[in-house]
Amino acid sequence: MDPNPTSPAGARRTILIDPVTRIEGHAKITIHLGEDGSVEGARFHVTEYRGFEKFCEGRPFTEMAAITARICGICPVSHLLASAKTGDRILAVTIPPVAEKLRRLLNLAQITQSHALSFFHLSSPDFLLGWDSDPARRNIFGLIAADPELARGGIRLRQFGQDLIERLGGRRIHAAWAVPGGVRNPLDPADRDAIRARLPEAFATTKAALARFKGLLDGPLAVEAATFGCFPSLFMGLVGADGRWEHYDGKLRLIDADGAVLAEALPQQRINEVLTEAVEPWTYLKFPYYKPLGPEDGSYRVGPLARLNVCERIGTERADAELLELRQRGGRVVTSSFHYHLARLIEILAALEAIEVLLDDPEICCRHVRAHAGVNAFEAVGVSEAPRGTLFHHYRVDANGLIEAVNLIIATGQNNRAMNRTVTQIARQHIQAGPVAASGNEAAEISEGLLNRVEAGIRCFDPCLSCSTHAAGQMPLHVQMLDAGGAVLSERWRS
Amino acid sequence: MSVSTLMIDGHEVAMAAGATLLAAAREVGITIPTLCHLEGLSPVAACRLCLVEIEGSGKLEPACITPVLEGMVVRTDTSRLQDYRRTVIELLFTEGNHVCAVCVANGHCELQDRAVDVGMDHSRLPYRYPDRPVDLSHHLFGLDHNRCILCTRCVRVCDEVEGAHVWDVGWRGEHCRIISGLNQPWGEVDSCTNCGKCVQVCPTGALFHKGDTAEEKHDDSSQLVALVRARQARQVAP
Repeated sequence: MDPNPTSPAGARRTILIDPVTRIEGHAKITIHLGEDGSVEGARFHVTEYRGFEKFCEGRPFTEMAAITARICGICPVSHLLASAKTGDRILAVTIPPVAEKLRRLLNLAQITQSHALSFFHLSSPDFLLGWDSDPARRNIFGLIAADPELARGGIRLRQFGQDLIERLGGRRIHAAWAVPGGVRNPLDPADRDAIRARLPEAFATTKAALARFKGLLDGPLAVEAATFGCFPSLFMGLVGADGRWEHYDGKLRLIDADGAVLAEALPQQRINEVLTEAVEPWTYLKFPYYKPLGPEDGSYRVGPLARLNVCERIGTERADAELLELRQRGGRVVTSSFHYHLARLIEILAALEAIEVLLDDPEICCRHVRAHAGVNAFEAVGVSEAPRGTLFHHYRVDANGLIEAVNLIIATGQNNRAMNRTVTQIARQHIQAGPVAASGNEAAEISEGLLNRVEAGIRCFDPCLSCSTHAAGQMPLHVQMLDAGGAVLSERWRS
Repeated sequence: MSVSTLMIDGHEVAMAAGATLLAAAREVGITIPTLCHLEGLSPVAACRLCLVEIEGSGKLEPACITPVLEGMVVRTDTSRLQDYRRTVIELLFTEGNHVCAVCVANGHCELQDRAVDVGMDHSRLPYRYPDRPVDLSHHLFGLDHNRCILCTRCVRVCDEVEGAHVWDVGWRGEHCRIISGLNQPWGEVDSCTNCGKCVQVCPTGALFHKGDTAEEKHDDSSQLVALVRARQARQVAP
């Protein structure tokens, strides 16, 4: 990646937000201003590189689940499942039915804990403490001081998901429990009962958060709902039988902004025939798109909002009622990226209801959980829905099962173009053309609230940059405004 | 039978002539760390982890092959030995590619256990990151040269206990590695009986059951001790 990229054509100054805060990974934002001080464009740069796809070459495919789970400490389960599913196809086995149910349980726990982290820990300080509140307090600790009950509920909801992951896989993070052919261990009845006992509290927290957030959407957050990445685009996600909400397996559906189905079932095993990845010199994050429509029109969004847009219904009572309300609020296809937050809360509710159903399944503690086989296919793709969207693992192996090639298509990458459009839209909303902005005396113009809103545009997508570039980093904030020659006109730091 | 009396870390011990310092230390409950040594296999003193100080001798001696002598005064746990042992472990870690987090033997690895024993919280030496292959040609087992510490337990158990002599050590210096069937892919070696003893005695995740994922290798090398003792008991029985 070029560390000093040139500005887009026509841009005369650049505002740099580096790094972006309260996201998972390391990134910066540049806002490019024209001669008249209006926003020419904005870019979301991912500035780290890790190279998993390269160093996994030569390893046994059976190790890939444990290795790729180490890409991320927030959603290791997503990689674990996509990798295990790829491994199933290399073994060419049908895994035991209870193994699939247990993997589903694991993914639902992951969706719950990751969405709770995104909503309560990372994003809700903006909603509840205010966009322009003191940045030193605009975080989970400020939330604990201002609204201890909500903060405690959110923290405990995330803990519920993590606890379920630990009870299934033996540890909260990087539990290498899903393996090619199934899972390692069955669910202990005592663990099932312990999880079931915590469900009522999890439901209550989710219900309270939904009521609170919907109230804010009808009031102070109405502007953000209309301006944070509100644009038509394609949406992609898995759907289950009868078009139901799906998170683990099913058909890969692609729809347009009007809800028309462009592809009911994209060919998952030949995904590189329909999806391809564009590369830009100013970011390590690739730009996947739907090949037949090209890089611009073929860009699509994935994740909680996309999953709720592509499905017909969720299939559980309480979540379906919330989905109906979401569609009443934003239309059949909800195009405002700000509604990713609401979609996240609805998915938590859907996950809790699905967990309840699975825990009541009479065979959930069955002990036959793993199929064994040798290498029976040399190339396979595994697809699952990570909290942030559709995740693809694509492996090619030799006759003995050693990895020859790896490609990982990550949810955050698929939202890359949408994130760039979102920060551009927010910047245009809040930076107006005018003599002050163009004069070179901009220090006062880069307000804290503006920076936070631009960052919040990114947080809508809950990007996981550790996964998407396979990167990690600390996230203080650096903002620069540059003139046409690249000289720094003004600068702000937030540590 | 002649007996030698010696002092180990202040403990007086009497051992039959021919016994090793390692056996003598264990007799009085003193633990000397080892890696290449395994009861039931011939000692080779390859890993140098069991080096001890002997009063009057200017050099350190490996306890696993040094016989007891009358009047010896031995020290097994001086600060110099502690530093040397940690260095030996650091050399092993930095010479190969030992990534515990994703290793089949994580949690059941003798190299990992010894690293804990010697207090290795990081390496003071630079990692070499060698480019080494994995052999998955055998239908039951796999060999990952990245995790091999060249203890030669596999070579010895296959030769001395199973009698198949599949394994040898090939090449020299930094290129030194375990080879099967005079350097054929393991799956093509006709003399391999698929017994799995080499996998069982491997102290790390270098030899593993094919299909094992992280932390799934639970082989216990001490099972070989029971096997060898049972065979010896049968041989001496009338």
